[in-house]
Amino acid sequence: MLAGRPARRELLAVKGTAQMGPYTLLRLERGGMEPGIPGQFFMLEAPGRILPRPMSLCLAPPGELAFLIDPIGAGTRALCGLRPGDAIHVLGPLGNGFDLDVERPLLVAGGIGIAPLPYLAERLGGDVPVLLGFRSDVHAEAARLLPDAEVVVEPRLVTELLPDDPGDVLACGPEPMLEALRELAPSSQLAWEAPMACGYGACYGCVVELSESYVRLCTYGPVLREGQTLDTSAGDDERATSE
Amino acid sequence: MPLLNASGCLDALTAPEVARSLDAFVTKTVTPLPREGNPPPRIAETDDWMLNSIGLQNPGIDAWAEDSYPRLVELDAELWVSVGGFSAHDYALVCERLDDLKGVAAIELNLSCPNVDEAPETAAELTAGARAATAKPLYAKLSPQTSDIAEAARAVEAAGADGLSLVNTLRGLALDPHTLRPRLALGAGGASGPALRPIALACVHACARAVELPIVGMGGVAAGRDALDLVAAGATAVALGTILFADPHAPARIRAELESELRARGHSSAAEIRGIALGSAAPAEASSK
Repeated sequence: MLAGRPARRELLAVKGTAQMGPYTLLRLERGGMEPGIPGQFFMLEAPGRILPRPMSLCLAPPGELAFLIDPIGAGTRALCGLRPGDAIHVLGPLGNGFDLDVERPLLVAGGIGIAPLPYLAERLGGDVPVLLGFRSDVHAEAARLLPDAEVVVEPRLVTELLPDDPGDVLACGPEPMLEALRELAPSSQLAWEAPMACGYGACYGCVVELSESYVRLCTYGPVLREGQTLDTSAGDDERATSE
Repeated sequence: MPLLNASGCLDALTAPEVARSLDAFVTKTVTPLPREGNPPPRIAETDDWMLNSIGLQNPGIDAWAEDSYPRLVELDAELWVSVGGFSAHDYALVCERLDDLKGVAAIELNLSCPNVDEAPETAAELTAGARAATAKPLYAKLSPQTSDIAEAARAVEAAGADGLSLVNTLRGLALDPHTLRPRLALGAGGASGPALRPIALACVHACARAVELPIVGMGGVAAGRDALDLVAAGATAVALGTILFADPHAPARIRAELESELRARGHSSAAEIRGIALGSAAPAEASSK
């Protein structure tokens, strides 16, 4: 248990990997771990590195947890280089995921922000509209995780596909995309990203500015909703640190 | 052998079970006034180090005493409070407030945060001011970034410190490989992790020779053997820092590993090997032939 949530830390065996354009889908044995709520994240031990890396869950087939990883640095490259026979420590699920109690879900992602959407779509019943934007055709190969999605590649932006009445937007992607969605669809649930050392509120490294205060994204997010102000924080001490 | 967390490396309110797995919980540094802390990015990792630039984010002593303290006392773990400030007056003010709080077992003076401006007074002057403000046990946390840490240890001992916390982080800088700009928003930060281990060991060793005070050793401890080394160098307790970020279950693991390291050497408690490294160098087999 961490922060009153059923987070566990276990050594999980690597089942295999699959290449999705520049991204790697890392498939781990599930062990005794819970997949959690879509949008929650796990801290994955990065072999040879000091700190683990935060990753949202991409797929949760029976007995398995799968993460989509963009090899942008030493830690993520080490994770992408894992092979069957390897095993890594995994801590999670952590943070607050998406609120799945929505009437007309519309999933939106940019780039590696696609990572939590396959599991999110599954938990929403499977038949949900999805909009995806990628930097290039190679990156867009990851769209095969969501075969029915509408896909655009730069210079077109995924936000151009947003209908006038978008319904309940649940999104993950780069900051400019999330900022744009906040303007276009203020009630969106947005999954944010920040460098994290611990993932469970210990380090204060992952703060984001919210209502002119720094709050820890790991315990307060990573999914933030409209009107989520510091005063609505339940049981956390962010209110205290913002005063 | 008591096991603690290094200040700023654990929040007992978000991870109470981790705090309870320690012999004492040390808070993040509390200052007189609230501090928002430094802008993000606040953390970066290099091949050998973790860098942080949190900047003493905390609610200030008033809000801390009113809101955090009652909840920390409820956790039923021994509570140490880390105190910081920007002048001797700041340190004394926070210590005076803490002196009234029964649930505070000890105070650690953060005399060495690399991420904020330092108080103009020396560590000894800050310690003397705090000493006058509280009767609680006072631990002075010193920086390894000094030419003679034993001298600093003697000075804070003379000023009334009851113990030492050794060591804080070193100052380090990492650049983005593409932009060649600092990866942390404010530039340099505090460097920690396994590479700090031999530096911490040298500091504990030097201070244990210089003073009679109890020493909480810390710096890169990731396994029982690391804790064993610090005790052999003269530490009376060990604190865990960066390892807690990677492994919240580290306290139980390291405790078990330390016990088996002691058993393997024919010892039943850490007290039996405390300061063993302070004697003359062990005869090496190769050189004795």
